[in-house]
Amino acid sequence: MSSPVVHPAHHAPTGFIRRYIFSLDHKVIGIQYYFLAVFSVFLGMALSVLMRFHMVYPDAKVSLFEKLWPTGAPGGIMTPELYLSLMTMHGTIMVFFVLTTAPQSGFGNYFLPIQIGAEDMAFPVLNMLSFWTTFLALMVMVAAFFVPGGAPLAGWTAYPPLSAVGPLSGPGEGLGQTLWIISIAIFCGASLMGAINFIATTIDLRARGLSMMRLPLTCWSWFVTAILGLLGFAVLLAAGVLLLLDRLAGTSFFLPAGLLVNDQILNHKGGSPLLWQHLFWFFGHPEVYIAILPGMGVASQLLSTFSRKPIFGYRAMVYAILGIGFLGFFVWGHHMFMSGMNPYSAFAFSILTMSIGVPSAIKTFNWIGTLWGGRIQFTTAMLFALGFVSLFVTGGISGIFLGQPALDLYFHDTYFVVGHFHMIMGVAAIFGMFAGTFYWFPKVTGKFMNETLGKIHFYLTFIGVYCIFTPMHFLGIAGNPRRYADFTNFDFMGKLMPVHTFMTHAAIATMVVQFIFLFNLFWSIKKGKPAPSNPWNATTLEWTIPSPPPFDNFAGKHPVVNHGPYEYSVPGAPKDYIMQSDPA
Amino acid sequence: MAGSLTTEIVHGPPPPPTRNFGGGDGEPGGRGAHRRASMTGLLVLLAASVMLFAAFTSAFFVRRGMSNDWVDTPLPDILWINTAILVASSFAIELARRTLRSGKRAAFDRYWTAATILGVLFLGGQYLAWRQLNAAGFYLATNPSSSFFFLLTCTHAVHLLGGISALGYIEVQALLLRLGPGKRTAIDVSAYFWHFLDAIWIYLMALFFFWG
Amino acid sequence: MLLGPVVWVLTLVICYFFLGHYWWFPPPISQHGQAYDQQFTATLWVTGIIFFCAQMALGWVIVKFRDRGGTAHYSHGNNVLEVVWTSATAVLFIGLVLAGTRIWAAVHFEDAPADALKVEVMTKQFAWSFRYPGPDGKFGKTDLKQVNDQGGNPFGIDDKDPAGKDDITSASLKVPAGRPVELIMRSRDVIHNFFVRELRLKQDIVPGMEIPFHFQADQVGTYEVPCSELCGLGHHQMRTTLEVMAPADFQKWLQEQAAQK
Repeated sequence: MSSPVVHPAHHAPTGFIRRYIFSLDHKVIGIQYYFLAVFSVFLGMALSVLMRFHMVYPDAKVSLFEKLWPTGAPGGIMTPELYLSLMTMHGTIMVFFVLTTAPQSGFGNYFLPIQIGAEDMAFPVLNMLSFWTTFLALMVMVAAFFVPGGAPLAGWTAYPPLSAVGPLSGPGEGLGQTLWIISIAIFCGASLMGAINFIATTIDLRARGLSMMRLPLTCWSWFVTAILGLLGFAVLLAAGVLLLLDRLAGTSFFLPAGLLVNDQILNHKGGSPLLWQHLFWFFGHPEVYIAILPGMGVASQLLSTFSRKPIFGYRAMVYAILGIGFLGFFVWGHHMFMSGMNPYSAFAFSILTMSIGVPSAIKTFNWIGTLWGGRIQFTTAMLFALGFVSLFVTGGISGIFLGQPALDLYFHDTYFVVGHFHMIMGVAAIFGMFAGTFYWFPKVTGKFMNETLGKIHFYLTFIGVYCIFTPMHFLGIAGNPRRYADFTNFDFMGKLMPVHTFMTHAAIATMVVQFIFLFNLFWSIKKGKPAPSNPWNATTLEWTIPSPPPFDNFAGKHPVVNHGPYEYSVPGAPKDYIMQSDPA
Repeated sequence: MAGSLTTEIVHGPPPPPTRNFGGGDGEPGGRGAHRRASMTGLLVLLAASVMLFAAFTSAFFVRRGMSNDWVDTPLPDILWINTAILVASSFAIELARRTLRSGKRAAFDRYWTAATILGVLFLGGQYLAWRQLNAAGFYLATNPSSSFFFLLTCTHAVHLLGGISALGYIEVQALLLRLGPGKRTAIDVSAYFWHFLDAIWIYLMALFFFWG
Repeated sequence: MLLGPVVWVLTLVICYFFLGHYWWFPPPISQHGQAYDQQFTATLWVTGIIFFCAQMALGWVIVKFRDRGGTAHYSHGNNVLEVVWTSATAVLFIGLVLAGTRIWAAVHFEDAPADALKVEVMTKQFAWSFRYPGPDGKFGKTDLKQVNDQGGNPFGIDDKDPAGKDDITSASLKVPAGRPVELIMRSRDVIHNFFVRELRLKQDIVPGMEIPFHFQADQVGTYEVPCSELCGLGHHQMRTTLEVMAPADFQKWLQEQAAQK
């Protein structure tokens, strides 16, 4: 069933540097991205726990704070500006260095070539460059903590004029904000490199017999996500360049006339803060689909595998992915309903936003339809996939409120928004990553992760994240604004403190629980139970090769695909699964 | 894929596979798939670049429409000469590719070198244009139109530097007599990228001529 | 399998808190506020039912179809079902938006009534200022160079303009009940946002723009106004109040302010 041997894309690497550092092997690069994301997510989580702590104990004296941030926390008491810079970096690190790396460039890099039967990505050198460019971007971002003035405080959305007038508008708005912009610009370049590889690989390197409509849904998600990234990051780069010029070169793209900041009259003229918002959110909305689509692909893959049933409505799922990707470019204005933009365009954006709910609902119904009539096996991977569905419903449903400008008149910039995007990005997408980890760990390492630890981690985290993020919706209904360092200045917020305290305790507990996962991950690499090459009796091509895979994946052979990706429990078949490369 | 190209030079070309052009519903290996992947990759790169210039263009029109401090930037005459140089370089590239198809290596070298030199001349001419504008009192932050002029021409110039690097790489390979059939794709990708830069330049000239 | 009941319990707890209104909107003080609450309630019922059914169904399939031997049901889907639930979702979601359009239109498509009380709003890091035109009904011109926060001139009212002499500046927003008010909102430095929970209204205040925004408050009282767009390190302290006064009291206050000029 294989074709004549063809010269491999690159020889087996020798030497430590070539094998593990500057590797051209998509598998190594995928693992590098994954660990970059693991590092970033723990950093981002630490920042969020610091934030939650401050919100509930704003006057606490913590000597560690003073050691880390002498100017930001004099006497050990966190200042509001320090809080805001921790918040800015939390959002930035999580969105870019966790949610835009691991789901796509981590899992996708490792498994896209294998799932399509290729021996590597289309451009291995470019692939290596994309990782190290991402790494450089992370270094520049982290450097912002250490420069005079510290990290920026304008939020991950960096709206001008706050982000454009330099240190006048606040601490951290000097070199810290500049480094932030430079880091993001570098990240845009890295993303583009990744997009080139993903798109070319998916279109041109598929195995014989692997038509687009036989692709696993993971591959479809990675493919569409790459297209979103390609189109979106270029616009973010443009916005970043314009912002940098306003900050450093005296231009007035975003800065209007008549600015009096901190007792200083500025010379700018005629720019528009709204222009930044349009450019940023034109990127920003597709970005959130970049964050969630790979997780949806993983969920589909696992729900099918562990129900021993084909995915319900494969075609509809593909159209839903395409629909979400396409429509995602036309809804950016829903982040700007209150911005002062034309209210008629707000109405238009709102209709389109509701329309995106439709393919998302299709996917949810189809996931449940996949489970219906199945033979569900509750591996840890499956638990995370099921948890993903529940969290996606909860997180997505609050979008129905926010997508209506009439309701957004109250909810904009409240904790309702914070609850919404955390549920969907900060939890559902993360669960997609957990699911992928437990599912593919045996293929990458040849060992199983520990199921007991996995299940404990799953249940505690699942309940924990519901405890952290659901109350945010109630806070939003009560009108609690977001991005507040503390709530001591308003009478109505005093009554909400018990909710904040509950959320803080839940956040600390849930963060502690994540160390169970970290332990499980590293311990299992060394001491995990050995796993066969197809431990889940799954159908896609990665399960036809040894665990861990040889350097060129298919050992010089080229698989031929004869079946769709989800042929489970086919009546009359000898086993309850038919692999994609099994004879026709 | 740089690795495989040098490998081919060192070890000779791989044995011909049973199907020449695979990939997609055919074989993923072989030169056919690599060529197609490179073309797809180029298309992706061009799409991103189009989005970058589109974003700048939309900012251009928004900014132009909303304020009354827009003063058109006078286009230095040298820009027309630069445009001619760039168009000529594209012609040179095409002539180079035609002659290569007929196997005339020496002619290819001449045309490709000409194109590369013209590209460098273009960049030099751009620098002169910027200096001329500075001398006339137009700097990056002088007014919104001049901001966009410098921004857009600089972005184009950065792209062009990339293009010149690609042309230069092929130039070096040609001089070292390493332009085997495996380099065909690299030549074509560089050529298409170059033509794209030409088109973007003409677009920018039109933008500033009519609206700038 | 335990996951099924866990999902059910979480769903029931969440529904309980939503139905119990433990942390909820303050009562509305305007007709817009009442219309808002109706739209919210409609959305809450639609989404709540979808939420409840989806989570319950998820829990149910987890429990019912756990592996107990036997074979799974081989099926690639059901086109009729797809069409039905897709159409239902589309109708519900888009229906909700269309229903809310009246509310959005009343706030933003229509201009303020001609007899609205005009008040200028000026925001800066990190304070609110409001300006009333005074007995002459005209706002004086402003000049950035004449801004003097300590001296009580946050707007920078131009001392050469006679129309500005009787302008009344206030740190809080006082309005008469039952009368339309038009705010003209400006910012001196960065983007801020005016939000009154009881009015169910908010609006970004953008430097370089003068944004008109109208409302009518019908209930006397004092309502907190938290800045609702990140504006810097004092964002969480940027507080003012909306004081809705009986019309006679408001007139008295205006006269007192005018007399002090």
